[in-house]
Amino acid sequence: MDEREKLLEKYQAKVYKNRKEHLIALEDPGEDGQPQSIAANTRAIPGIMTARGCCYAGCKGVVVGPLKDVCVITHGPIGCGFYSWGTRRNKAKGEEKSGGKNFVPYCFSTDMQEPDIVFGGEKKLEAAIAEAVELFDPKCIMICSTCPIGLIGDDVQAVARRTEAKYGIKAIGYSCEGYKGVSQSAGHHIANNGLMRYVIGTGDTPPKKKFSVNILGEYNIGGDGWEEERILRRCGIEVVSIFTGDGSFEALKNSHLATLNLVMCHRSINYIAEMMKTKYGIDWLKVNFIGVGATCKSLREIAAYFQDPDLTARVEEVIADEVSLIADDIAYYKSKLTGKTAGIFSGGSRSHHYQVLLADFGMETIIAGYEFAHRDDYEGREVIPFIKEDADNKNIETITVEPDPDFYREVYAADALAKLREGIEIDTYDGMMPEMRRGDVVVDDYNHYETDELIKRIKPDIFFSGIKDKYNIQKAGVSSRQIHSYDYSGPYAGFNGAVNFGRDVTMALYTNAWEFVVPPWKSQPMLVGSVGA
Amino acid sequence: MLDLTRKEVLERKALRINPCKICQPVGAMYCALGVERCMPHSHGSQGCCSYHRTVLSRHFKEPAIAASSSFTEGTSVFGGRSNINTAVKNIFDIYNPDIIAVHTTCLSETIGDDLGSYILDMDIPDGKLVVHCNTPSYVGSHINGFFNMMMGFMNYLTKKSGTCNGKTAIFPGWVNPGDLREIKRLCAMMGVDIICFPDQSGVMDAPMTGKYEMYPNGGTSVAQIRALGDCAGVLGLGEITNVEPVQLLEKKWKVPGKLLKAPIGVRFTDEFLMELQHVSKQEVPSSLETERGQLVDLLLDSHAYTFQKKVALFGDPDTVEGLTSLCLEMGLTPKYVITGTPKEDFARNVNALFERYHAEGCVVKANADLFDLHQWIKNEPVDLLLGTTYGKQIAKAEDIPFVRAGFPVLDRYGHTLQPIVGYRGAIRMVEKITDALMTRLERDSSDEDFEIVL
Repeated sequence: MDEREKLLEKYQAKVYKNRKEHLIALEDPGEDGQPQSIAANTRAIPGIMTARGCCYAGCKGVVVGPLKDVCVITHGPIGCGFYSWGTRRNKAKGEEKSGGKNFVPYCFSTDMQEPDIVFGGEKKLEAAIAEAVELFDPKCIMICSTCPIGLIGDDVQAVARRTEAKYGIKAIGYSCEGYKGVSQSAGHHIANNGLMRYVIGTGDTPPKKKFSVNILGEYNIGGDGWEEERILRRCGIEVVSIFTGDGSFEALKNSHLATLNLVMCHRSINYIAEMMKTKYGIDWLKVNFIGVGATCKSLREIAAYFQDPDLTARVEEVIADEVSLIADDIAYYKSKLTGKTAGIFSGGSRSHHYQVLLADFGMETIIAGYEFAHRDDYEGREVIPFIKEDADNKNIETITVEPDPDFYREVYAADALAKLREGIEIDTYDGMMPEMRRGDVVVDDYNHYETDELIKRIKPDIFFSGIKDKYNIQKAGVSSRQIHSYDYSGPYAGFNGAVNFGRDVTMALYTNAWEFVVPPWKSQPMLVGSVGA
Repeated sequence: MLDLTRKEVLERKALRINPCKICQPVGAMYCALGVERCMPHSHGSQGCCSYHRTVLSRHFKEPAIAASSSFTEGTSVFGGRSNINTAVKNIFDIYNPDIIAVHTTCLSETIGDDLGSYILDMDIPDGKLVVHCNTPSYVGSHINGFFNMMMGFMNYLTKKSGTCNGKTAIFPGWVNPGDLREIKRLCAMMGVDIICFPDQSGVMDAPMTGKYEMYPNGGTSVAQIRALGDCAGVLGLGEITNVEPVQLLEKKWKVPGKLLKAPIGVRFTDEFLMELQHVSKQEVPSSLETERGQLVDLLLDSHAYTFQKKVALFGDPDTVEGLTSLCLEMGLTPKYVITGTPKEDFARNVNALFERYHAEGCVVKANADLFDLHQWIKNEPVDLLLGTTYGKQIAKAEDIPFVRAGFPVLDRYGHTLQPIVGYRGAIRMVEKITDALMTRLERDSSDEDFEIVL
């Protein structure tokens, strides 16, 4: 019996039946050449100690929270606003483009009290907005709903419309109550819909440079987005907007005027990539700036998309220069890390991205899992037509967009695009599993029990996960790093980020403290008494 | 940092900015982690459970276990009975705790789930227990959740056998494992046989052994909670956190109770020891008198650097009241004292401290937030900030020395292992505070004024 079977054996029949579809050991492709499938984006089992969060966390915590010039008000009791206050490391800097304002260090909440729940909270929300306008004069207010809001029937969209009429500013209400969907993923979708409907396409400032992109699904954790922007700028590529790390409402408005969308976190932002393709004809390219090799590949694919000899030459120059600058550091850390094994449990994209970076250092990823990914993140987008809808995801609105009469334009005609697609992943994503090996374990919606068992049974040298797992993994004697927050380090993206990552992994594995876990008297023979005592 | 905060104060009635409180369920979760082999359970969306585990792990740098009912949209319409039944079965099957402590959330409260009757009808394995409490997030703060969970345990479990067990129940309030160890040490030194409830020491400061234990060696046992009804008396350390749990034990089981201040600083620790003395009829041992004497010695030695320096304090009501008392003993002026918890008794208690020490021009406010505090500081600055992690933004914005204490402290290591209570805890805090003030003095002094000896 393999380790997977032994692990699943503990579950009673109903749980076993559910979990065995979410926890798989990779096999070689079958005779039909079909890749293996995995169950994903379904309900977590009550009581199982899932690592997942909620819809609000996906909408406010991930997607709209990082917008620095937006006053994001959490409508609900105090907890949700508090927990999403400065806890995701989406770095942001006030700048002229965002009107100099930076709301990211603040937490705004309606702090609902019992009478608000009983009699309705719209009045308090409107009063809170009035105070926010008087205090901060924001250009944009976003309202994020917590669990009770939908239940008591507060209409945050109506409040948003009244806010716009009253103050002449942009206001968007999100019905991202925690119970919606099955994870943070529902919140990403709801946030994507709001940005598509009310923000993207409302600006008219065109890019200044010949080559322009948006970076989608980059939340600037530990400054990743800044490293990516630095490299792209060096190549002569203008970054029009970033969704949404260090991003701004002002920049997002003009995002439809960029030529190409680069998609980092496929899970959280693919809806916008798809909708912008339909509405504005903008192609999207799945990039990965995590890893030296991955960054080089992504840069070359961007150059390949633009088909400009000067850009291609410039990209090669930048790659050669950047790689030579970090070569010594990478070689040093590689010498320390080669042959080590890793497990990665992340949200919905990083478990794929970081395998490539670990491989740069000669490390192998043998366990990978996601909290809230969908099947396409594991298996590739080709599986999308075959994903069954269920009651939970049907409740999340899918919006339909039409080509924009003024702004729809195609860079390439269909046949030229088809030709280009032969070389690079345009408007598609092939998923994480095709890049993994036979025998590797893939887990969807991982939980506490499975994490502990995998650590015990498979014993990777290092595990990358979140804060909720960090300390039980470490207490089991395995190096443990937070891959959501980078343990307050970073950036890990791009060329300089790879060096930071190599340093952090090296220190996690080699810190002297590991030496002291077992007291010396437990590993040495006991002293014997002296003769004749 | 916090560049949008202006000096002009606008009285707010609806918008909470930069809160100084959290919601009830996280308090219930922390309380339940102080019970032996207990799995805390959050009856609501799974995001609540994730958020609470996250903040607890970040404060303690320890695993914080808890499960969730994982509500979906359907659950929110039809009620959470089926989810809690499934959850309880799975938790006992997979994680095998002795007891599950369920708390509610704003979601299950709003839909009116009746946990009491669900649990009554539930299939619970022999020898296992499920208890619950109601923790509506829209009432009070995490402090309410903490004491509501205490009462949940007691409502389900405490008994009176008719025979007094001669023990004293100690309700330590919301403190760190380091404080719990100090409280227990003081009781042992005073010869008082206690049941400390809850008790997170051992659980939230578990040692590194190379082997992960889901239920580390620690926590108040179910047998001890049951025995609370047979105790000779109960002492609540922290008047605001413990008023209701002490009343419960008094009313339900006629256990005589007394509310004390959280034993922070000289006076409040003196009062605690005298109360213990009253129980055990033992003299205060000379070793404790030595500790006290060392603390007072330290206060006198360092007073020149603390006298009338202005400090702003923020955090949970009982902790902040204790720290305010310690600051006054040090000669500091507690210029601003706030808690986010909406308990007006807090203001009354802190005002009494101001009066006792003739502290002039000081402001105390419950149900306040850090935006209030920051604006006040912009209008009239202070020399020191003393409170929880989020104060660091103000400290940076206004360039004020900052000493961390209370919950949550998310950005430092080791703080939960050490006490702030008792004479030892006070010595630690006096050292931290004087260090911060003196480091600042040296940083700001010119080369010619820079002293080698202080």
